[in-house]
Amino acid sequence: MWEYSEKVQEHFFNPRNAGALGDANATGEVGSISCGDALRLMLKVDPESERILDAGFQTFGCGSAIASSSALTEMIKGMTLDEALKVSNQDIADYLDGLPPEKMHCSVMGREALEAAVANYRGEVWKDDHEEGALICKCFAIDAVMIEDTVRSNNLSTVQDVINYTKAGGGCAACHEGIEEILTKVLAERGESFKVTPPPSPVAATGKLSTLERVKRIQQVIEDVRPALQRDRGDIELVDIDGKTIYVSMKGACAGCQMEALTLQGVQQKMMEALGEFVKLVPVRATTPAPGLCNPK
Amino acid sequence: MNPIYLDNNATTRVDPAVVEVMLPFFTEQFGNPSSMHSFGNKVGLALKKARQQVQALIGAEHDSEIIFTSCGTESDSTAILSALKVQPERKEIITTAVEHPAILTLCQTLEKDGYTVHYLKVDGKGRLDLDEYAKLLTDKVAIVSVMWANNETGTLFPVEKMAEMANEAGVMFHTDAVQIVGKLPMDLKSSKIDMLSISGHKLHAPKGIGVLYLRRGARFRPLLRGGHQERGRRAGTENSASIVALGAACEQALANMAFENTEVKALRDRLEKGILAQVPNAFVTGDPDNRLPNTCNIAFEYIEGEGILLLLNKQGIAASSGSACTSGSLEPSHVMRAMGIPYTAAHGTVRFSLSRYNTEEEIDRVIAAVPPIVAQLRKLSPYWGENGPVTDPEQAFAPVYA
Ligand SMILES: Cc1ncc(COP(=O)(O)O)c(C=O)c1O
Ligand code: FES
Repeated sequence: MWEYSEKVQEHFFNPRNAGALGDANATGEVGSISCGDALRLMLKVDPESERILDAGFQTFGCGSAIASSSALTEMIKGMTLDEALKVSNQDIADYLDGLPPEKMHCSVMGREALEAAVANYRGEVWKDDHEEGALICKCFAIDAVMIEDTVRSNNLSTVQDVINYTKAGGGCAACHEGIEEILTKVLAERGESFKVTPPPSPVAATGKLSTLERVKRIQQVIEDVRPALQRDRGDIELVDIDGKTIYVSMKGACAGCQMEALTLQGVQQKMMEALGEFVKLVPVRATTPAPGLCNPK
Repeated sequence: MNPIYLDNNATTRVDPAVVEVMLPFFTEQFGNPSSMHSFGNKVGLALKKARQQVQALIGAEHDSEIIFTSCGTESDSTAILSALKVQPERKEIITTAVEHPAILTLCQTLEKDGYTVHYLKVDGKGRLDLDEYAKLLTDKVAIVSVMWANNETGTLFPVEKMAEMANEAGVMFHTDAVQIVGKLPMDLKSSKIDMLSISGHKLHAPKGIGVLYLRRGARFRPLLRGGHQERGRRAGTENSASIVALGAACEQALANMAFENTEVKALRDRLEKGILAQVPNAFVTGDPDNRLPNTCNIAFEYIEGEGILLLLNKQGIAASSGSACTSGSLEPSHVMRAMGIPYTAAHGTVRFSLSRYNTEEEIDRVIAAVPPIVAQLRKLSPYWGENGPVTDPEQAFAPVYA
């Protein structure tokens, strides 16, 4: 079963503003029954101030779709339409303390329903330009359409290119088969064939770093990755450096879970790029594993 | 409130007596069955007994036709890849559109490698067209692989008949019998089935143990080569504790076969009738007259399965769904789509799969729990009006993209 945050569960079990809104003057409908989720967002907008006085929703969809709809209505009530349009899908996910990568599209649907409702109010036609494909990279929640488009428009030809352009494949690497298949397909359209290229060797050593510079760079990498981890309710700290071994401690949702290994791998990769040498990242057990967003199903 | 487990097609609890039987194999009976000393010898005898217990359950002619593997998936892969290997000139495979991913994903990969795979279609009740099948049976086909019972709906396929047809055409026949073994009696020695897959964890044995039945004389190439375990047909030191457990579970399944087909079946029917009597716009998927005694799959229209599962789970009831959301894909179950179940219902399918551990009191609790849950979710659904589906749902709710 999915690891839903408390907040998601709470909004699913007790959805706010559920049901049709009788005196709505703006309605946005998005989704599709074939994809398994559909959302109708209804707003009551004050014509004077363009402020959203009330919001309601009807949703056909899974737990996180219902929770995202509920969260969205709570978030935008009291906002003006322009303020509401600043609410991104990430904001919806954050409001719910995160969504599993497979479920991020639920928050996207919320954001789109909002755009559609505002367009409806303003007498505009909202056009969806977002197409969704099968989820390829679970680490970074990136789907096939996104990868394919990026490969096509940037003439990419290697897995490393895809990692650099989309992040897909840059974590646990389990999705490389899927990425190779997309590359094979798009390259065939260009009349080329997919060739396996060896992974890039760590950045050519640019002369030896001073000890101080080396420590600084290590600290910088740690600081750079922390915000992303904290967003997932985790954290990382530098504990010690011993030659080529760098000891870190993982905290919160990231400790001890499946994601830990791939997080470490990613950080280690960044470390090597920053230092231009091989280093090994070793986690020191400081905290007990917490169940997190780590192991869906 | 005690939890109610109705997801036995996903996996089952290991029977306490089975656990008891396997424990010594972690402690004093730790020997390697291949060893010459007495530590190993006793284990070897225990494996022999287990092999015979499996043999008895499936009615195999010889106990050497039982090959222990690590799971149902390994058995499936071994069977198909072996058939391709021994007949390199045959480049076609026949299977069905509703197989488990253990077969389907393998077949899709084989297609990329240049094989042609024929996926037999099913009708609205999940039944095959044997005329279509007969036409495909040519000397280009290396193997037919057809599941005996479908894991989502419990629908049974006429594999004994299909194996005979294949045999007459000189084509090897494999069946993924993971869901049926232990639930319905079978007698392989009087069939033309060449290979058959079993998975321990579906019949109250542990996870990570499986069997490939291989008819004596059927040509075979191992997947794993190495030591001489399983007569060289599946190398790797035997998982003795789990093998012994599987043997014990098979013996129990045989003893409980009548119970499964009377008592468990009656509970399943009670559940199904109880729910359908109270919930409008709900129907049974698959072929109700020809299915496993423990399985019932109900489609609840205009709502999404994951929501149902979450609300059931809150009341301690475990079931599963063919909705897209539960699997993380965008498509509802391939089984529902193959049967042509409309999207408005396919996303709302819930599978209840019982075992001999369920009680009437549990079933009555579920019958009471389901209708309010469905009503609650329909209240949120844009496809549902005051007292029923909105007229012409596709029209009434036409989202911007579809
Ligand atoms: C029909 C069918 N085949 C194969 C399998 C896979 O078995 P195992 O989990 O032992 O690999 C399953 C179980 O999910 C199944 O239902
Ligand atoms: S799934 Fe893509 S890198 Fe992990």
